[in-house]
Amino acid sequence: MKYMLLIYNNPAFYEAWSEEDRTALFSEVDQIMTELRESGELVAGEALADGSNTKTVRVRDGVPAVTDGPYAEAKEQMVGYITVDCESEERAVQIAARWPDAKYFAMEVRPVMHTTVVDV
Amino acid sequence: MTDRGLEDLLRPLAGQVLGVLVRRYGQFDACEDAVQEALLDASVQWPDSGVPENPKAWLITVASRRLTDEWRSESARRRREATVAALEPSAVPAGPLPGDEVAGEQDDTLTLLFLCCHPALPPASQVALTLRAVGGLTTAEIARAFLVPEATMAQRISRAKQRIKASGTGFHLPSEPERSERLPVVLQVLYLIFNEGYTASSGPGVHRAELTVEAIRLTRAVHALLPDDGEVTGLLALMLLTDARRAARTRPDGIPVPLAEQDRSRWDAEAISEGVSLVSQALASAPLGPYQVQAAIAAIHDEAVRPQDTDWRQILALYGLLERLTPGPAVTLNRAVAVAMVQGPRAGLDVLSTLDGDGRIAGGHRAEAVRAHLLELAGDRDGARAAFTRAARRTTSLPEQRYLQAQAARLTPRGR
Repeated sequence: MKYMLLIYNNPAFYEAWSEEDRTALFSEVDQIMTELRESGELVAGEALADGSNTKTVRVRDGVPAVTDGPYAEAKEQMVGYITVDCESEERAVQIAARWPDAKYFAMEVRPVMHTTVVDV
Repeated sequence: MTDRGLEDLLRPLAGQVLGVLVRRYGQFDACEDAVQEALLDASVQWPDSGVPENPKAWLITVASRRLTDEWRSESARRRREATVAALEPSAVPAGPLPGDEVAGEQDDTLTLLFLCCHPALPPASQVALTLRAVGGLTTAEIARAFLVPEATMAQRISRAKQRIKASGTGFHLPSEPERSERLPVVLQVLYLIFNEGYTASSGPGVHRAELTVEAIRLTRAVHALLPDDGEVTGLLALMLLTDARRAARTRPDGIPVPLAEQDRSRWDAEAISEGVSLVSQALASAPLGPYQVQAAIAAIHDEAVRPQDTDWRQILALYGLLERLTPGPAVTLNRAVAVAMVQGPRAGLDVLSTLDGDGRIAGGHRAEAVRAHLLELAGDRDGARAAFTRAARRTTSLPEQRYLQAQAARLTPRGR
């Protein structure tokens, strides 16, 4: 069963960290990714650019409006995701709990829809 | 030779060739890699050079050479000590040895299946390894079928083989008492593969449907080897009787069609006939197991010319039996539907309510879908609509979600 782990944090929080602590954080993430690759559970994963690079697109009455942002200075933003194929929801939750951002913010674990159907 | 023709030729040989190699060299993991590469070589070369006169011998030769080349270039001290004498060109024949044919392919398929479905492996790994080592599918094909990157699948298979190696399991059939314990695991893996093939989408779905074909092929092989095993016969029957309905299961727009609404003229009469006869065989052998009972239920459905001809009393009795054999919420849900068909929807809803305290299933999409169906039969359209909507939110299957949403929409009064 595939799960997407959505990673949220507030970049300003980490900007206050020492370079040492930041490096330690990245290597923690690298470690988890390596383990997930070796276990055959990792399906995909990407980091997203900082929210300041975002474009928000709305179309109302056929008229598109594109704005920069949102700038969420004080809020958490989605900074990336990984998709894992694992045996159970418990396992997906276990992986999320290891992610460093879970200590300071929150990870979302969401089942990914599939196309298998047993009889309806 | 067509791609399909080549596949049909190569895949059944995979397990046989692997068996020969493992008997000769041990080292299941290394042999499995070597066979995989030989199969790839064949699929690349044979379309141009033609199929060799003895395809199996060709594969054995090529796989053996790859193995010995691999061992020569590896500086693994362990392998060198164990096999350096045997690796001298004069000592190792490149092709089949006289003793290779004696044990026969028969034993090897079963032995391989027991190995790949080792209880130490999680189900997803059992499935992947079975498809590769016994099914002869390539890693890429398996990855595509399960919608994961090839590297992910390769790693999963590699890990599985390492765990088998670590378990110290040799290449031989488990002892009789162990076999009767482990055969159900093998059957479970085959049924898992079968169900994974049921997808309503096109495109990637083409690859998934192959899984169902592969599952049936492997189960037939096991049935040929263990013709007196009722559960094996039952599983094969269940697969055939379920697959018989394939053409009628999905609308052109991808939305699944429930059993009661399927166009039965599109059911595969030949598959049903074979399935029914296998069920009779299966039921004649004791003890009865869950696959036999499920097959019997499928046979009753498939033999009904019209939905209203379905013998629900028999089905209800069989679900009662199934619940005693393998009690669980999934069986209870199905029994609730059968109860409703025999004793009326309210009785079915009473059965459903016995699951309310069960965290495994209460509030889940299957329970809510059954609730919706029964509420509609009971005349409670609003309740049914709400339950269909809840079920649609909870399911993780896209085609099922569309079906449930369509039912909720159907029950929505116009103008709302």
